[in-house]
Amino acid sequence: MTIHTRTPTGDLSARMRRVADIAAAHADSVDREGRFPQEAVDALRAERLMGIQIPAELGGESASTAEIAELCSILGRACSASAMIFAMHQIKASSLVTHGGEAPWHQAFMARVAGEQLLLGSATTEGGIGGNLRNSICAIAVDGDTCRLEKNATVISYGDQSDAILITSRSHADAAPSDQVMTVFLKDQYTLEKTHTWDALGMRGTCSDGYVFKGEAPAEQILPRPFAEIAAQSMLAHAHILWSAVWYGIAADAFAKAQAFVRAAARKSPEAAPPGAIRVAEASSLLQGVKASIVAALEAYEQAKTDDDKLSSMSFAVAMNNLKIASSQTILTIINHCMLICGILAYKNGTPFSLGRHLRDAHSAQLMISNDRILGNTSTMLLIHKQDTSLLS
Amino acid sequence: MATAETIRDIVAKHGKLPVEVSTLADDGDLYAAGLSSFASVQLMLAIEEEFDIEFPENRLNRKTFQTIAAIAEAVDELTRDQQAA
Repeated sequence: MTIHTRTPTGDLSARMRRVADIAAAHADSVDREGRFPQEAVDALRAERLMGIQIPAELGGESASTAEIAELCSILGRACSASAMIFAMHQIKASSLVTHGGEAPWHQAFMARVAGEQLLLGSATTEGGIGGNLRNSICAIAVDGDTCRLEKNATVISYGDQSDAILITSRSHADAAPSDQVMTVFLKDQYTLEKTHTWDALGMRGTCSDGYVFKGEAPAEQILPRPFAEIAAQSMLAHAHILWSAVWYGIAADAFAKAQAFVRAAARKSPEAAPPGAIRVAEASSLLQGVKASIVAALEAYEQAKTDDDKLSSMSFAVAMNNLKIASSQTILTIINHCMLICGILAYKNGTPFSLGRHLRDAHSAQLMISNDRILGNTSTMLLIHKQDTSLLS
Repeated sequence: MATAETIRDIVAKHGKLPVEVSTLADDGDLYAAGLSSFASVQLMLAIEEEFDIEFPENRLNRKTFQTIAAIAEAVDELTRDQQAA
């Protein structure tokens, strides 16, 4: 691996736009071949964007969640698989930054993530838990200074390409399923035996294969806080906000194509607008709604993030869940509008208005942590939580 | 705290814990003992019913329901507040 030590020129967005140009050029082949977007990830490393969330004193750039969300949407417009990988990596980085800050091993590891531009993978799902990542069957075994873990991980996105994997398990052999910890394992500390290959409708470049994970590492690599706190205080917000930012990017690119289609048609025959023209206005309104939801969630997170009680509160969890539901559903409506606007040129592959990849990638949004599961959790909380129905507060 | 025993009974009934509630200390972590988020809501509803109180939004977080002692403290405080009001 090449280690880039020079800080590239331009602000974060300018750096990501250069990555996006490269990602866009390879997006169709990544999708068609279901291959890892190596060119885009190499470019992310060359632009030194992997470690931006790490505190500046550890060699990162202390980038805010809003800045990272913006970068996710820029990359999402170019190649959603690359953007989702970047988002998932940053969600893992948020667990380290939020919960590993006082542990010497994790501090040193964060410095490595920034310095060597390491790619962080995640193993939170497991065969037999029924999709509920707040339950584990496998348990970490601590023996003196060493910990060992074996997990039937049904999905580890970009597992083969990850430099380290953050993996959940029960905290000990007698622990309840919800009593979980998260541990960092470095690439040379585990083996992955592939059990499923990711041959999916969309998001094909995330290479979300299944594996049996077997790892052994120093026990100090277990994150010092319970996973319940990590899930509530950093993962929930980062996952829903950064995923939504990627999805916004997909929808925004589809919208840009639809608008360009209508403008070109209007120039060609100014006397009659094309049949789908009015839908551009409708899609614009929907897109603005998604953007507003993300911005509102970013503000809610900024207000809550210094207050653990607020971060762990039901009102915050309900707000983040609602963002995920709204954005994941709305982008499909937007892209469908864009297909109606661009017509057969959207339906066909290989035209400037092709939207097949956007549509297929966007369908992952409702399923990445199933909306039905999230709605179920929210409805449980709403049995007792009284939603704040004021407009400004 | 006068309410701790009643709360213990409610935890036993609604907490759906994989362990006997009598084995837990008042300051034992209920989440570590296996309290799920769904069961914690059932628990909150049962406590509101039993003590005729309503948990305000700022009390609806993990910390309030982490231990029997923490629930008892919250119930005592809310009962006091609601009597004073």
